[in-house]
Amino acid sequence: MNLKRFNWEPYLLLLPSILYLALFFAWPMVQSFGLAFRTDDGQLTLAHMQRMFNDVGFTKALRNTVMLIIAIVPLQFILALIMALLMMERLRGSNMLVYIYSIPLAISDLAAGIIWFSIFTERGYLNSFLYSLGVIDKPFLFLNYQTKWPLVAIVLAEVWRATSIVFVVLVAGLQSIPRDYVEAAEVFGAGWFARVWRVILPLLRPSIQTALILRTILAVQVFAVVSAIAGRGMTVLANEAYLWYREYRNPHLAATYAMFILTISLITAFIYLRALRTKEEMIL
Amino acid sequence: MRKFTSLLAVVVIASMLLTACPTPTVEPTPKPEEPTATPEVADYGKVAFISTQCVPVEEAEKMRNVILADFSGTTEFIPADYATFEDTVLAEVKAGKGTIDVIGALHGQFPTLLDANALQDLTPLLDKVKGRGIPDAYMELGKLGTDKQYFIPWMQATYIVAANKKALDYLPEGADPNALTWEQYRDWAKNIYEATGEKKVGFPVNGLIHRFLEGYIYPSYTGGMVTTFKSAEAVEMWKFIKDLWQYVHPQSMVYEFMQEPLMSEEVWVAWDHTARLINAFKERPDDFVALPAPSGPKGKGFMPVVVGLAIPVTAPNPEGAAALIEYLTRPETQITTLREVGFFPVIDVEYPDTIAAGIRAQGEAVSAQAAAADAIPAMLPVGLGPRSGEINKIYRDAFNGIVVDGKDIETVLEAEAQALQTLLNETGAPCWPPDPPSTGACQVK
Repeated sequence: MNLKRFNWEPYLLLLPSILYLALFFAWPMVQSFGLAFRTDDGQLTLAHMQRMFNDVGFTKALRNTVMLIIAIVPLQFILALIMALLMMERLRGSNMLVYIYSIPLAISDLAAGIIWFSIFTERGYLNSFLYSLGVIDKPFLFLNYQTKWPLVAIVLAEVWRATSIVFVVLVAGLQSIPRDYVEAAEVFGAGWFARVWRVILPLLRPSIQTALILRTILAVQVFAVVSAIAGRGMTVLANEAYLWYREYRNPHLAATYAMFILTISLITAFIYLRALRTKEEMIL
Repeated sequence: MRKFTSLLAVVVIASMLLTACPTPTVEPTPKPEEPTATPEVADYGKVAFISTQCVPVEEAEKMRNVILADFSGTTEFIPADYATFEDTVLAEVKAGKGTIDVIGALHGQFPTLLDANALQDLTPLLDKVKGRGIPDAYMELGKLGTDKQYFIPWMQATYIVAANKKALDYLPEGADPNALTWEQYRDWAKNIYEATGEKKVGFPVNGLIHRFLEGYIYPSYTGGMVTTFKSAEAVEMWKFIKDLWQYVHPQSMVYEFMQEPLMSEEVWVAWDHTARLINAFKERPDDFVALPAPSGPKGKGFMPVVVGLAIPVTAPNPEGAAALIEYLTRPETQITTLREVGFFPVIDVEYPDTIAAGIRAQGEAVSAQAAAADAIPAMLPVGLGPRSGEINKIYRDAFNGIVVDGKDIETVLEAEAQALQTLLNETGAPCWPPDPPSTGACQVK
């Protein structure tokens, strides 16, 4: 009787996405787990992991990835928040901002990397522009690996490319905050800053959480932009995974790097979830 | 509803952007005349041809529209990078059922396939290509150390130096550009830097620089590639590279194909693979000269690259495959291949006038390099099987440690020599030229 009343419908509707996730995410993940911890003959081993940690590329890649996360994520978050608040002010034409901010979302990260490479390269747009203004008399080497300029170019490219992801999430969150709260605060004499700090930000917490998790995980995986702008001058974790698979043809090491990236992503997601708990969640 | 309309607008804008993107500007290739079917056989049917060479879009289009156009049959040309290529061929062999008829790959890429029993014995095909003038040494390579023929040499390439004519004014005094030493090469770079204030010598660090280390500078300075990895000569050699590197364009880290920075004149002098320099020679033959690679104290190390054709055991159309191999090794096809994609013939041919001056110049540099009295031909690593990519990492890591990070040469060489020895021991790879032959795994001295 009970069984008859059981509503299968939602599960049926979920089935395609579950199958999709199982086939294209869970299964490859299990496979790469196997590659990372097994030898060619199927023996369990930690040798690949040991080799990864001892590899000269590893420390560099880890350091650069962390450096990029620290440089990019807060910058993007603050920018996106300002953009989102600006948008909520409902100024004339502010609706257009959504579309303008979202343009880079439509561009692949590799394409974005190539665009910024063509800006910063020796005979690129920036040098041509500076030359035509008479600021420089010969091209300045922005992409000189011995300087910090490639890093600046990568941060700029990433900020340009992916700030809108954070922005879109925050706008959605802001739209769900009832106007009444803000208006009430205004009636009680709260200034703009106080309204943002005491009313909007606390209510926005779930969106901030989502945005930060999403953005940080994407930053852990950063690859194409770095590769296009810095080439072999700078390596990141995803780049090492790629090189081990494509260039050095060792799928075990590539999978080990992938597992490492997955672990960092999980840890960051966990930290964000703990750090940004709402009051109700803390009781649990 | 509002949200929905904004979302809709985003999607519309996105799709507009996508459609607004300019269509890729692939050089229009002149459509060849209708293929004239050979009288003997009307049609060999569909032949699928996978290749690790001619992968860039432009080259692949030349393969499809020009080089393969006259074959009596339909060819499906599948360009694939090495990883995809190897996975595809091995997966088909494993499945026991295939779609690929012909394989085109580098000499060093075949041993892995042979290990997996993926290759057909092509000995019966030898009659068809006999008398084409393929050098015996190259035919021998095609036997992969066995007594059967597993691949038929298809085309060859190597790495040379391309220089903008403007750079020739800065050559060190008394230097013959066709017989430079690496020291003179460094002085050349230095002269250019001192005169113009710019570092105009480039290397493809994001491309094939490991071949420069393995096949050029190591043999030139140490006479070997592997056995001499951490020798006293090698230490001197790395000191020299560090010295040279002061005058090398810092954007070299990003260069994949040197033809691009050569044509934009970011660099004036560059070492690279002939196929990665060819556009400079083709588009502006009057601006560039092709030079053989310089020599070192031990001679002129250089790496000949031989591309071979093979048939996998699972080929669905072996007759068509054999016919395609015969077609690709014909003199006229070999000339077309040179003209279109810049790979040099493996057979004895006269270059007709239809071959652009720039390519002929490249060809002369290639011949001069191979025929030099002090030439030390260095082969691609062959015995490493599926791990042949890892050796490149060792040379690159040594380069990164010593030249990029400025670490102590002996320390880096000691660590990398250990990695190299482990790789050699684990694969059991015997020494290959230029190192003297060994019994058992090659040993770093």
